[in-house]
Amino acid sequence: MFRNKSGEFSWVDFTIDVLRVLIVLAVVVGAWNTLSSGRISLAQWVNLFAAGLSQGSIYALIALGYTLVYGILLMINFAHGEVFMAGAFSAFFLAEALNQTGFLNAQPILAILLLFMFAGLVSMTVAVLVERFAYRPLRGSPRLVPLITAIGASFFLQYTFRGLYGSHFKAYPQVQLLQGTLQLGDISIPVTQIFVFSSALVLMFGLHWLVERTRIGKAMRAVSENKEVARLMGIDIDWVILFTFGVGGFLAGSAGVINGLFRPQGVNFYMGFIPGIKAFTAAVLGGIGNIPGAMLGGLFLGVIEAIGPNLVLAGLGIPGANQLKDVIAFTMLVLVLIFRPQGILGERLSETKA
Amino acid sequence: MALLEVKDIHTYYGNIHALKGISFEVDSGEIIALIGSNGAGKTTTLRTISGLMAPREGSIIYGGREISAMRADLLVLRGISMVPEGRGVFAKLTVEENLDMGAYIRSDGRVAEDLNSGYAMFPRLKERRKQFAGTLSGGEQQMLAIARALMSKPRLLLLDEPSMGLAPVLVDVVFEAIQRIASEGVTILLVEQNAHMALQIADRGYVLQSGEVAFSDTAASLQRNEIVQKTYLGID
Repeated sequence: MFRNKSGEFSWVDFTIDVLRVLIVLAVVVGAWNTLSSGRISLAQWVNLFAAGLSQGSIYALIALGYTLVYGILLMINFAHGEVFMAGAFSAFFLAEALNQTGFLNAQPILAILLLFMFAGLVSMTVAVLVERFAYRPLRGSPRLVPLITAIGASFFLQYTFRGLYGSHFKAYPQVQLLQGTLQLGDISIPVTQIFVFSSALVLMFGLHWLVERTRIGKAMRAVSENKEVARLMGIDIDWVILFTFGVGGFLAGSAGVINGLFRPQGVNFYMGFIPGIKAFTAAVLGGIGNIPGAMLGGLFLGVIEAIGPNLVLAGLGIPGANQLKDVIAFTMLVLVLIFRPQGILGERLSETKA
Repeated sequence: MALLEVKDIHTYYGNIHALKGISFEVDSGEIIALIGSNGAGKTTTLRTISGLMAPREGSIIYGGREISAMRADLLVLRGISMVPEGRGVFAKLTVEENLDMGAYIRSDGRVAEDLNSGYAMFPRLKERRKQFAGTLSGGEQQMLAIARALMSKPRLLLLDEPSMGLAPVLVDVVFEAIQRIASEGVTILLVEQNAHMALQIADRGYVLQSGEVAFSDTAASLQRNEIVQKTYLGID
């Protein structure tokens, strides 16, 4: 402790080690206080955990888009939160229309599938257009440049939606099928949460199958490993990159529908920002570029956000702990960057990738 | 008519003039060796033909068509396949997935047959088909790179230093395989530092020196050539 690799005393290492000890202390003391006070029952913990998993699966689906693109281009697509927003927003109109005709509650499963397809396709289109017009012309330029266009694309999308539909929140109509709770002894879990988690699982399995089993999935992995050799296989790199953006977009759009049906406050033009940053955090948490890492990171972040404030912050006597869940998320990001920059499942960035 | 005609190509890396007017021909069914020391332009020549780099001047005619401005992935469709320097296997794909990628452009139903003939050529690959290619030895990776390049059913196979870093026994295995591939009608353009092995299996050879063709002849006469013996074969 307090020594760097060559055995000398170093203030940086000292500070980091002290930080480590303080964090562990804070977590232990906070958790001890909360648990010993017994303010929160086991059933409530289970509920928090379930809610965290649901929110986390939304993060995970968005995080996959970041990680897929990073895996192939070593670039962070900071417009991805807006890709999510575009799908969620567009599907709102379809949901409204389906609700007015009564179809939404007459054929809820079919209607929800329709919403997924529609939001997925809209987000896919947006992601593909952003790649084609904002990133591709700048491929090969310094890394800062696509970052700037990403911010530009973000604003463009946000204010397009704001200009077209105003800045109010619009709530998705209720689907009767998703109302109510499932009672398991003491524990009651809202049906929406089960819907959110299971549809995210289906999408993740779908992605896994695509990447591991199909020809285009293998090509995605080949391109991410070595673009030049991939070209020698006859793979059209540009097409594979576009496809990757499209897949990430589809997942983000689906996440948008899930989010719309899960969270009552609804959609607005700015809704993509926070989930986008959180999902990016989740992707980094899991190891950016790593697909299972993004899934795990998303779920992990969701659960930490739900449980952390109640467990640790409330125990430390911090008022309004639940308002501080964003603090938890971004503290996690900073901590991961300090203590394990490669993420949970990530490998250390090699010289060539760094 | 020649299958491949390279006419006076000039290729640059930024400002560095790497190929200074290289010309040569490859006839259908031939094995052609490009030999020369490090930095003579052998790899650059292959990269230019395969479409990974574009020549600034000159032309490359393949099957009667100008291809010097064509992208590498489109040239694979026209029957040019390359085993890159350093093998370039996809380390995080399995052996079989690597071979699938070799057949990426094909939509005919006979890929499975060719997979089996690849395994027949290198039985070691079959034993390791579910293994990640990154876990293979250097020799096995070279076998995989060659088998993979054949999966696209090329007419012209470009090989960049297939013997590099291999134990002598494996060099023999690889060169036998190259001869077998040639006997099945695939035209081969082989770049080698190991001039001795290359000239043994080649029909003709070109000697490259600092980006130019110094001279060329049949492989048999090159083997007897005094300069070649001294400079590239290590015979005094």
